Amino acid sequence: MQDLIQSTKTTSPLIEVVNVHKSFKKGDRQELLVLEDINFRMYEGEIVAILGKSGSGKSTLLRIIAGLVAPSAGTAFYRGQPVFGPVRGISMVFQTFALLPWLSVLQNVELGLEALGVDRHERRERALKAIDTIGLDGFETAFPKELSGGMRQRVGFARALVVNPDILLMDEPFSALDVLTADNLKSDLLDLWQTQKTGLHGILFVTHNIEEAALLADRIIVFNSNPGSLRGELKVTLPHPRNEADPRFRNQIDRVYTLMTTQPLAESGDTEGHQVIDLGYRLPEANVAEITGLLETLNVPENQGKMDLPDVADTLMLDIDELFPLTELLEILHFAKVSKGDITITEAGKAFVEATILDRKKIFSQHLKKYVPLARYIYDQLTRHPRHRALEENFLSLLEDYLTEKEASRILSTVIEWGRYAELFAYDYNAGVLSLENPN
Amino acid sequence: MNFLRTTFRSSYKDKPYPNYWDLVALLWALGVIVLLAWVARQMAVPYELGQAIPISLDLHHLPGYALRTVLRMLIALFFSLLFTFTFATWAAKSPRAERIIIPFIDILQSVPILGFLSITVVGFIKLFPGSLLGPECAAIFAIFTSQAWNMALGFYQTVRSVPVELNEACNIFHLSAWQRFWRIDVPFSLPGLLWNTMMSMSAGWFFVVASEAISVSNQHILLPGIGSYITVAIASANMHAIFYAIFTMFMVILIYDQFLFRPLVAWAEKFKTEQVAEDTKEAHSWVINILHRTRFLRYFGTQLTYLFDLFVNISFLRSKPVYSPRLPVSRYMLYISWVWNSILFFVIGGALVFLYHMMIRSTPFPTILSIFFLGLITALRVFALVIVCTVIWVPIGVWVGLRSNVAHIIQPIAQFLAAFPANLLYPLVFILIVTYHLNINIWVMPLMLLGAQWYLLFNVVAGASVIPKDLLQVADNLGLGFWLRWRRLILPGIFPYYITGAITAVGGAWNASIVAEVVTWGNHKLVATGLGAYIKEQTLKGDFLHIALGIGMMCLLVLIFNRLVWRPLYMFSRERFALN
Repeated sequence: MQDLIQSTKTTSPLIEVVNVHKSFKKGDRQELLVLEDINFRMYEGEIVAILGKSGSGKSTLLRIIAGLVAPSAGTAFYRGQPVFGPVRGISMVFQTFALLPWLSVLQNVELGLEALGVDRHERRERALKAIDTIGLDGFETAFPKELSGGMRQRVGFARALVVNPDILLMDEPFSALDVLTADNLKSDLLDLWQTQKTGLHGILFVTHNIEEAALLADRIIVFNSNPGSLRGELKVTLPHPRNEADPRFRNQIDRVYTLMTTQPLAESGDTEGHQVIDLGYRLPEANVAEITGLLETLNVPENQGKMDLPDVADTLMLDIDELFPLTELLEILHFAKVSKGDITITEAGKAFVEATILDRKKIFSQHLKKYVPLARYIYDQLTRHPRHRALEENFLSLLEDYLTEKEASRILSTVIEWGRYAELFAYDYNAGVLSLENPN
Repeated sequence: MNFLRTTFRSSYKDKPYPNYWDLVALLWALGVIVLLAWVARQMAVPYELGQAIPISLDLHHLPGYALRTVLRMLIALFFSLLFTFTFATWAAKSPRAERIIIPFIDILQSVPILGFLSITVVGFIKLFPGSLLGPECAAIFAIFTSQAWNMALGFYQTVRSVPVELNEACNIFHLSAWQRFWRIDVPFSLPGLLWNTMMSMSAGWFFVVASEAISVSNQHILLPGIGSYITVAIASANMHAIFYAIFTMFMVILIYDQFLFRPLVAWAEKFKTEQVAEDTKEAHSWVINILHRTRFLRYFGTQLTYLFDLFVNISFLRSKPVYSPRLPVSRYMLYISWVWNSILFFVIGGALVFLYHMMIRSTPFPTILSIFFLGLITALRVFALVIVCTVIWVPIGVWVGLRSNVAHIIQPIAQFLAAFPANLLYPLVFILIVTYHLNINIWVMPLMLLGAQWYLLFNVVAGASVIPKDLLQVADNLGLGFWLRWRRLILPGIFPYYITGAITAVGGAWNASIVAEVVTWGNHKLVATGLGAYIKEQTLKGDFLHIALGIGMMCLLVLIFNRLVWRPLYMFSRERFALN
């Protein structure tokens, strides 16, 4: 095996993904495209990060590579062999740890060996060694519920590493941990990798945290959402350990933000470069209080209405999963403009922020009607109806033509929240009925 | 941290030698095994239909009878578990099986349990001619039907709710379907399954007592057991014997509770997923504590775990690496599903034709109407019973539930009382009805209520005890008056729990009606008007067409009420009043 690895090292990539598409069946005929034409390669000795917003299909891609999910078209290859199911040699660490709560740490770590039929004594020996390596000694007999999140994820790592994997896949491995614990675990992982204690030949991980990607990865692959596709990639050449305060590191992060916020030419925009959306657009999950807060931050005199996105993320302590929905909504409503890693407040945004509470509602309502087709559509329907009422199911089934059931109901409730704030329409939860606030 | 490591290692290598707790535990375990084996031998003795098995009212025989009853219960439990593990798992894993099994179980749930007994007893007797095994199997089958559906549905639901990532982790680490079942599905569902089993056992005790004295086609078969003992006691109007039986049953349930279920519940604590176990008190059992202290038995436990590991990791059921593409949905699959659907169609069609010819056509319409009318009377009784129970137990339950120290005492007692088979208490009420010449049509209601009420009580207690403290404090702070407090906080707070309790109570009441609506004491016999009495009378006569009609009607009514009243109420309570 070792010889084989040596000989194929230079010629073929560890993982190769060729023309992978993935769509999920929805209803009888419709299909929802999650991944579109993904191609990439990962080579020996690389740490690669897949960076994207949540719901961009990056986790699905990871699962296709792991053999947990079958692609609708295209193939994933592991060392030149097509992946048809879980592959021996690929191991995975999960976001929610996925430990069995009724097994002790030792038993959890032994699980993978047990499944392979490794005999009891060897199993125990290897598990104890893995527990040692990952820094869990003393906790062998503990149950997961006795451990803190960081320790649980260490069990997750020990379990993944004990089977001597060739490649480690990680699905948002640090996102359920607090910042300090995550940093600690990251540097331990880098240590293991650099001292080559694990026999790993590559690490591929999925994250929505830009700094995490820049801190760990040699290469960052940036994902588009709806449907998930590759937007571009960046090489990070800084040596480990990387320092977050280092200007070169900040520069890398800026590059990532720029790549993520630069509008590709193909995407539609109006004359001023604002995004134009249609009825079935997946509206971001952002609430009014949050975007108001962001606009207020932009509008303080020191910032003069313009900020670097990394600074915004730092100041407001938001990760991209929280920040990008806000900037997206601001763009849709023409309250701000985002480009090349910067966000700039517009005149309308300035007016909104500086208005009184009641006037804010008026401005918001005007923009909502003008720029969010779904809100406009609901409002028109209600105006036209003789008693100014409509069942929410009507709008849901309309949205379900474009989206999954879950996504449709999320988007409708988001719009209802905005509409209620704007006093554009009212909503009765028990009856599921939308109506005009002031029928006239 | 180092010393932890060494103690951990050394405890693994220590040689086991017994300490004195071992002696207690071992004696106890051996005793139970020998007793059960001895009793089991009695079950397969020769028996011809019509032969009377003498049931002695002598006190000395009572422990023996109790053992027979317990054994029947355990055998039924074993089969219920087997059914649960096979069919519920099948339904959870295969959508095709799911479409049949789940509705089927749903319907079977609403069939009155004693109805199964009436219908199957003849078949079982034919199956084992000349042996007591036939009637024994019929009785055990009746107990099985009181447990299996509930357990299977619960298991099916929990298996389906295993977190996706847990399943993915199993895939990534190459666990086979067999390994996954024992490592994930079973442990994950264990706390729920155990709770369901406990609830089912409560119903089981009722039916074990009811099904031992089988009366069918003018044949009276008395299987040795507490149920037969009390039947004989009623027939001979022997008050003392009845009290002995009640006392014995009380002891049996106490022992079963302390030695079987408390230990199991305490042990199952470790299978609870983290989110649940935070604030609730962990269950404890003194039996488990003894077992933990015995060195030898702990060693025995480790060996057992080792054997279990071997069982789970049998080599031919291990997963194999996948080297070929998964089978796409091809014509072949379509063909299979086509065959499957047409088989289904013919089975359903055949059943319809058969039912029409056997039942509907040979029964005049007025008969069906009168059975329906009887059903409505029993339904009315059940409805009145829910109201009476509510008026009595909701205030008490809330009072108890809001005081956690009282609730900790009351909750196990209510659960215990729910397990106590109410039909043992029937003679006491019978005597009152007969001596005071009370109206049987009204006074059967307390009989139906005896077993059912506890479900309502302990659900209301549970509901009241989870009303958040800060909400209660807000109510005090705002100075809410008594009525406002109840209307705005307490009633909405307990509503989902109340509905759950009421559904269980109603199910119990329907089942109890078959036993309760005909009252005998010595030579006195009083019959209430109702569907339960009708089924009982037809069973005595052995008129299968009318038994089936009666049971079919009850099943239909229960289904209709469930679909039109209880299920919508349950959904509504979940949607609107759930506290988190």
